[in-house]
Amino acid sequence: MTYLSRPAPEEGIPKTVPGEPLIAFKDVRIGFDEGDVLQGISFEVWPGETKVLLGESGSGKTLIMKMAAGLLRPDAGRIWVMGHELSEMKEQDLLDFRRHVGFVFQEGALFDSLTVAENVAFRLREESVAEDEIETRVREALRFVELEATVDQYPGELSGGMRRRVSIARALVDRPPLVFYDSPTAGLDPVTSQTIIMLVLRRRDLQGVTSLLATHRVQDAFGLAAFRLEPSSGRLLRVNFDGQSPVQGGAKQLAAPAAPATVVASAPTNVLVLRGGRVYFEGHAAEMLHSSDEYLKKFLASAE
Amino acid sequence: MPEAGEVESIPSLLGDTLKRQVFAVQDYALLVMQCVANVFTPPQYWGDTLAQMDQIGVGSLPIVVITSFFIGGVMVLQTAGQFQRFGETALTGDAVSLSLVRELGPAITALLVAGRNASGIASELGSMVVTEQVDAMRALGTDPIRKLVTPRMIAMVTMLPLLVAVADFVGLVGGFIVAYFTLRLGAVQFWTRAVDALEGGDLVQGMAKPVIFGFLISTIACFQGLRVKGGTQGVGRATTSAVVISSVMVLVFDFFLAKVLLFIFGKAG
Repeated sequence: MTYLSRPAPEEGIPKTVPGEPLIAFKDVRIGFDEGDVLQGISFEVWPGETKVLLGESGSGKTLIMKMAAGLLRPDAGRIWVMGHELSEMKEQDLLDFRRHVGFVFQEGALFDSLTVAENVAFRLREESVAEDEIETRVREALRFVELEATVDQYPGELSGGMRRRVSIARALVDRPPLVFYDSPTAGLDPVTSQTIIMLVLRRRDLQGVTSLLATHRVQDAFGLAAFRLEPSSGRLLRVNFDGQSPVQGGAKQLAAPAAPATVVASAPTNVLVLRGGRVYFEGHAAEMLHSSDEYLKKFLASAE
Repeated sequence: MPEAGEVESIPSLLGDTLKRQVFAVQDYALLVMQCVANVFTPPQYWGDTLAQMDQIGVGSLPIVVITSFFIGGVMVLQTAGQFQRFGETALTGDAVSLSLVRELGPAITALLVAGRNASGIASELGSMVVTEQVDAMRALGTDPIRKLVTPRMIAMVTMLPLLVAVADFVGLVGGFIVAYFTLRLGAVQFWTRAVDALEGGDLVQGMAKPVIFGFLISTIACFQGLRVKGGTQGVGRATTSAVVISSVMVLVFDFFLAKVLLFIFGKAG
């Protein structure tokens, strides 16, 4: 059984409540000594959705990601993830909860004293998975990010882009249904950034993973909104921003066929723009593209 | 909050500083409680604990052996003149033995270990904090206190008494060699007096202190490492604080432990 076709473990996984969002923020506020950084933050992420948090540096994107993963507690407001209200959970319960979500840190946050293979296997070893299964799953995860050859290397020997890809492999090795990507393309060159976004897109379209992705690059949001990977053929299709209809003549064949996959009917990608510690815009990428708002236009212009 | 250019009043500054210290003590107490509770609940990271035992115990052995040898030797050099004046050079063994086992062995070994390992622990954990490795651990569902702090605490608490035992013995060897060459004291005379001078209470005192010192050094170093803020400069500050605070605490606790243990074993003055 391959990594991608293996069913996710059922036992102990936090359940998604039918008809309710996977993530819900309600009037969340957080601040530090210098004052509030975020205030009145409310939004929802539905199962299968990819929500892109756009904002300038220091706008609080990482804080939202960390609060959603229970790594930080808000000063006010409520946060529900997978039917659990995080602000009411004890740290021990949060540790159990986090075993069922993936988190890709901005700089990778790989354990520098462990090899790439040990980094990817970290969670599996914590769960006392058999060593032969660990090896198989680690190789499959690293193959997914095209870094199988780096198993015995240390993070310090890898480039920035490779470290992010190992971090993605570490986050997905246990097939979590929800993944947080904290600025996965920050500080990377355009080609490597595109590779990272392709990995996010493959996770979304081949496995139906719900994602919250923070970035300051508009290109990342539109890359995710404008393309869809056809699981059966491995073709990358240009679609309308609602994720449904392939555009005539907009398909191109990927160099290598994708791994065996489950079908995802649609992959809605929505954008949430942060400004001044508040939600400035929330909606489809297409709405943002056609907006007449000066700030959004300025944001869009930065991608040109 | 004062406006730009406005100077905070001294009472306000003192109040803030005091508040920060109280919160720090509270956080330290919480860390210690969780660290101790982890010893009695699964999962245990025995592999990490053994690695720490090797790093702290075996790694510190060379400096402990060299230092204690010369401390034993210098004690004889310093006391020999006094004993010679009273014609009681035979008491050299008693003096070296009692002072090493009761006091100098535990205190100096703890200070050496604090200098070597508290700095290492604080900088290692501090670096993990600033590079988000500790957050990554939490994001992967692993408790950093259980994985990082408890193994270091167990390793330090078990290794420090063993290092003290080695230090006591090597110190006595150093004392004997110097006594042999300077006072012409025979081996039988030195070692008989050195061993006879010791009572059960002295050994208990000598072995109880390093357990407490080990606990203090490891938990203070981990606490300083885990509360690092401000990048590499913060790591540097945490490393310095870990060594300074743990060394001072070793000496402060040494005084109170000596008082309590001397009282328990009926030797209080």
